[in-house]
Amino acid sequence: MFHLFKNVVQPIDRIISSFPRAFILAHLLLGTVLVYVSPRSNLAFLVLISSFFSLYHFPTDRLFKLTAGMVLTLLIFPVLGVRNIFYLEVIFQISVFAALALGLNIVVGFAGLLDLGYVAFYAVGAYLWAFFGSQQYYVLPFAPGTQPSNLPFLLPGDAFYLFMFIAIIVAAVTGILLGTPVLRLRGDYLAIVTLGFGEVIRVLANNLDKPLNFTNGPQGITPIQRPTMPEWVVDGFNKLFGWIVGHDVSPADMYNVMFYLMALLVIVVIVYVTKRLDDSKIGRAWTAIREDETAAIAMGIPLVRMKLAAFAVGASFAGVMGVLLAGSRTFISPESFSFMQSIGVLAMVILGGSGSIPGVILGAATVTILNLQVLQGLSLYLSQLRQSDAVIPIIHFAWSNLSTQLDPAKYQRLLFGLILILMMIFRPEGLIPSQRRKRELAGEENPAGE
Amino acid sequence: MNETFIMALLETNNVLKQFGGLIAVNKVSFQLEQGRIVSIIGPNGAGKTTFFNTLTGIYHPDGGEILFNGKSLNRLRPDQIAALGVARTFQNIRLFGNMSVIENILVGMHVHLKQTPVDTLLHLPFFHREEHEAEQKAVALMEYVGLKGVGNELAKNLPYGGQRRLEIARALAADPQLLLLDEPAAGMNPQETEDLIRLFRCIRDEKGITILLIEHDMRVVMNISEWICVMDHGEKIAEGTPAEIRSNKQVIEAYLGRGALSGEQKEASA
Repeated sequence: MFHLFKNVVQPIDRIISSFPRAFILAHLLLGTVLVYVSPRSNLAFLVLISSFFSLYHFPTDRLFKLTAGMVLTLLIFPVLGVRNIFYLEVIFQISVFAALALGLNIVVGFAGLLDLGYVAFYAVGAYLWAFFGSQQYYVLPFAPGTQPSNLPFLLPGDAFYLFMFIAIIVAAVTGILLGTPVLRLRGDYLAIVTLGFGEVIRVLANNLDKPLNFTNGPQGITPIQRPTMPEWVVDGFNKLFGWIVGHDVSPADMYNVMFYLMALLVIVVIVYVTKRLDDSKIGRAWTAIREDETAAIAMGIPLVRMKLAAFAVGASFAGVMGVLLAGSRTFISPESFSFMQSIGVLAMVILGGSGSIPGVILGAATVTILNLQVLQGLSLYLSQLRQSDAVIPIIHFAWSNLSTQLDPAKYQRLLFGLILILMMIFRPEGLIPSQRRKRELAGEENPAGE
Repeated sequence: MNETFIMALLETNNVLKQFGGLIAVNKVSFQLEQGRIVSIIGPNGAGKTTFFNTLTGIYHPDGGEILFNGKSLNRLRPDQIAALGVARTFQNIRLFGNMSVIENILVGMHVHLKQTPVDTLLHLPFFHREEHEAEQKAVALMEYVGLKGVGNELAKNLPYGGQRRLEIARALAADPQLLLLDEPAAGMNPQETEDLIRLFRCIRDEKGITILLIEHDMRVVMNISEWICVMDHGEKIAEGTPAEIRSNKQVIEAYLGRGALSGEQKEASA
């Protein structure tokens, strides 16, 4: 495997790196054309979305990267996305999970605190808007009115934007409340307790329909208010891009675009915050705690306070994404916040590279695509084969005899397990390992390499 | 030692630390004057490192009192004690291995950096100024301890001697009043040990930092210490100048056993 990497991948990489701009543009263009021509093809979509990776990977100047990145994310994705709303859904999910993974990365990757209950904060954000942005309030006995279905939503759609900020605070406070009793523990003990807390939040959501009905129990809350979208957005989009899309975009589709763009905006803010924190006193303190708690505290770093800060910052990212999720789905139930979700986000962080910002985004994209596209695509393909009368040559096995139990979409966890095992063996530092910033120091030669 | 009118920088009164039935530090009383270089010696398991850990707040004493500049350290956390001006190194090097050399030193400055989260997030001018100054100070410290041109290396990639030096630089970064060194010369060759002794003298003479060290290497101890405190089985069995300690029979007995004493000394100790 290593030889393959050295003899095949590296030379190709070197060749492409000699004309990075041309390659990136070609990749981008190819992806765009493919998706435009065959809007139902998974493969075409993979080509398009992987152009994001070549944009990141190949060395060229920042301005070019920034421009190309903005054209890709702000123009190509939304316009092509509305032609096949499923793509937009995939990109939206990638964005949501990327934000969650970035938040967990602060806790696990920077501060080294293994948190197995991270989706709890996601749930807090989601239920926050689910309660205030729906009719759930009228179910409570002390609320006015008797016919919830005839009543308006508790708060207007405009409040959604405000709640994105409120969620930051509420989730951060929840992070501090949950963190205070558990952060004195180390390593395995912390992991177990956070796992417990994650489940507590889910079970709470599941059971808080009595004595007072706050969460509507396992049925979940629906409908949830969507944020207000000005009329001109739909009209403007249709006027500008109608000729590419080929049909008029409905407000419902436009909402998908809007949520995707909002998720993107949140990610940009998160990356900005994460980078700045990482390269400051706070980030260094987190990394020091991860590396050696005893030495860190002997250097004057207040352990509990810094750990709580990591928990709060990580939680606030999840809180914002929770509000977005509630708004975009208009339906929230405890099922969305299971333990498997926490593990999934953790897998993204580990796969991508714990502590590395581009790494965890790549991890989130890889896992989500595998999940939504590759496995589903394989399942679809197999079921088509089953219905055909194709026969495997030589062993004369008819596809129609293939057991219906063999459904790749059901093997999601098997595949994740496999990926994680292989990663731990061959590349434990992740797809894009984190790197310490090289400083230009007086009296030192310029950092070699870059 | 009649200079009791000089207030001790560090003073311990009957400090006691026990783990279950095991008494690791047994009523140790000890005074350390400002600007001195003092060693604590003793056989393995004598309780020296536990004593250090009690001083730095990793353990809380079960009895007695620790005073630093007249302030009790008994109930303080390690980070609070560090902020008061006590820095330390560790017996088995504890660097932040996956951070660069310069970052290790910057972590040492943690308590002195005043940047707030707002400065950090908005990159206000103060942030840049402080980071720049800290970086320059760190580079100067690297040179001071004899690490030059390795600022961007990961700490774990430094050779052993370099790691020991980096630990000292990291401790110095906190601008301490008192520097606790736990076996700094362990595993060093004679030349490196020689350099280290010179460095410690420098730290004391130029920066005025009081040094308390645990050391097994007698060349270091006898060469550098102005005062030596000997521990055995958790108790302080002797203290004095290097010359006094060298001829102290209790010390010889603790290190070499009773058989090592000459007949005359045996009679005297009996």
